[in-house]
Amino acid sequence: MTATSTLPDAAPPGSASDAGGPGVRSRTGRLRLPFSGWHLLLAPLALLFAIPLIWLLISSVMSNAEINRFPPALWPSHIDLGGYRYVLGNAMFPRWFANSLIVSVVAVVSNLVFGALGGYAFARMRFAGSRTLMVLMLATMAIPFQLTMIPTFLVMKRLGLIDTLGALIVPSLVTPFAVFLLRQFFLSLPRELEEAAWIDGCSRLRVLVLIVLPLSRPALSTVAVLTFLSTWNDLTWPLIAINHDTQYTLQLGLTTFQGQHHTRWSAVMAGNVLTVLPVLLAFLAAQKSFIQSITSSGLKG
Amino acid sequence: MSKTTPRTAPRQRPGPAAPRRPAPLTLSDHDQERSYEHARQLRARRRRARGETATAWAFVSPSILVILGLSVVPVIWSLLLSFRADDLVTPSRWVGLANYRALKEDPHFSQAVRNTLEYTALYVPLSMLLGLALALALNRRIKLVGLYRTLIFVPFVISATAQGVLFSFILDPQFGAANSVLHSLGISQQGFLTDPGQALLVLVAISLWSGTGFCVVVYLAALQDVPQSLIEAARLDGAGRRQLLRHVVLPTLTPVNVFLLLWQIINSLQVFDLVYVTTKGGPLGSTTVIVYFIWEQAFKNFTAGYGAAAAYVLALVLLVIGVGLRLLRRRGPAGLEGATR
Repeated sequence: MTATSTLPDAAPPGSASDAGGPGVRSRTGRLRLPFSGWHLLLAPLALLFAIPLIWLLISSVMSNAEINRFPPALWPSHIDLGGYRYVLGNAMFPRWFANSLIVSVVAVVSNLVFGALGGYAFARMRFAGSRTLMVLMLATMAIPFQLTMIPTFLVMKRLGLIDTLGALIVPSLVTPFAVFLLRQFFLSLPRELEEAAWIDGCSRLRVLVLIVLPLSRPALSTVAVLTFLSTWNDLTWPLIAINHDTQYTLQLGLTTFQGQHHTRWSAVMAGNVLTVLPVLLAFLAAQKSFIQSITSSGLKG
Repeated sequence: MSKTTPRTAPRQRPGPAAPRRPAPLTLSDHDQERSYEHARQLRARRRRARGETATAWAFVSPSILVILGLSVVPVIWSLLLSFRADDLVTPSRWVGLANYRALKEDPHFSQAVRNTLEYTALYVPLSMLLGLALALALNRRIKLVGLYRTLIFVPFVISATAQGVLFSFILDPQFGAANSVLHSLGISQQGFLTDPGQALLVLVAISLWSGTGFCVVVYLAALQDVPQSLIEAARLDGAGRRQLLRHVVLPTLTPVNVFLLLWQIINSLQVFDLVYVTTKGGPLGSTTVIVYFIWEQAFKNFTAGYGAAAAYVLALVLLVIGVGLRLLRRRGPAGLEGATR
């Protein structure tokens, strides 16, 4: 009748509500686990998702000899930092890292600045044509990048920016996404605060900077997170706009590096770790706001 | 949208609208001063209303210049390009609809379309089903569930380039860990990305590894929004687990399903980075997708007009899907959507 348990003090608090999960059927008299049965399903699945990244880390500290053995070793006999030394010493990686950082940071800052200015004007100020402009801008969000990439290349060429970081920065200075996300957020703020300051003689800019922006942290961080993610991770546009390897971004550099050094897998993986690390650290540091940004912007899309 | 409430209201200076004290019996200097001030502010206000337009334009012009300049102009330019033969260097010439007609005949393009559709038809439903299943499993209060969610979501933030490089290594027929594991299990060596019969499926698998986490997170957010009262009511009426899922939970997910369907289809029809890094369209064109075809035409073969025509075909397809699904969403139950808009 009752569970014939070999583990006497079985169910921890909370498992009652999980009864019905695989392996916890106490009513049927089967073995009771000291934890929720869902772990038996979820832990291996989560591990499955983690394994490629764990392998990335492991192989980056493996020696090439061990990787090139057949069959290749699955665990390093010792930690070998040769890959990192090679990548940081001989190759262009530090330069590419700096390029990526410059492009991403400029994009984040300018999206915040121009997005806030544009979003505020569309949210609170009346001017001729504002509605038309807004609808037009909203419509541009539906334009796929492939449609604009060839003429954008031609525009950048005419501006003399091809093969410079400028070609990467200019198109990402401000996105319609940043303008609209901030506009929507500004609209949700109570108007009275701004009006009080406005009547007291504050300029629009001061109102925006001193009153609106401090209240808009969540929206600003969403814009920052998603802008950083998309510029840091982009490959298509740098591939088109950049030819010379001194101007490569990390993503472009990594794939070229792999093409040239496919026998030096430990170095390639060390470079890959350096490419992934900033995004991963940013994600782990601000996981909650990351996930909120992605779901909230997604659900509104 | 956001639950933030303004915590600190800035201290308000007493303005003319808020009388500071009961009006005195006599007209004092103070009152006079106040009415002057009032008039001055009215004037200032009027002056500012005129200045307002200028300020507004100053605020929006950077966005307009960049966004409209680099989207509306290129869209028209692309259209014109698609009617021309252009190598991005020498002056182009008008060829009318020849590019589009050539696309219809081009076996490489039709192969790219087939590959893209196959990739989409596999990736989209699988990522959504897997995402929903994982979200349902993760939607409970047990220990470590936060860790599980993190591990499943993390691949999503990793760039397609990094994913591609990593899996090129893991799946390397000679040095890769995958074949090493298969070897120890007694399974014969696989070609993976070098095998024309497998390459596209492997790409789908890699995309599932990185893309499922997004579906999980979106579904989890939606599941947490399912009204608890509905669930309680159904339980009282004697609904079992399965009935609860089928008749209460899944129907409330409809708007999210439509959103994810749209989002995943649009993204998978535009897949490029992963293909470029892993297979470059090969082997034997088995992974050439539409965007890879466009890129190759425009920036490798320097037939920009032809590439632009292919881009227009893709854009029209995306537009039709987008509009179609939006109409579908409008007809469907409004449900959650109202709250998030």
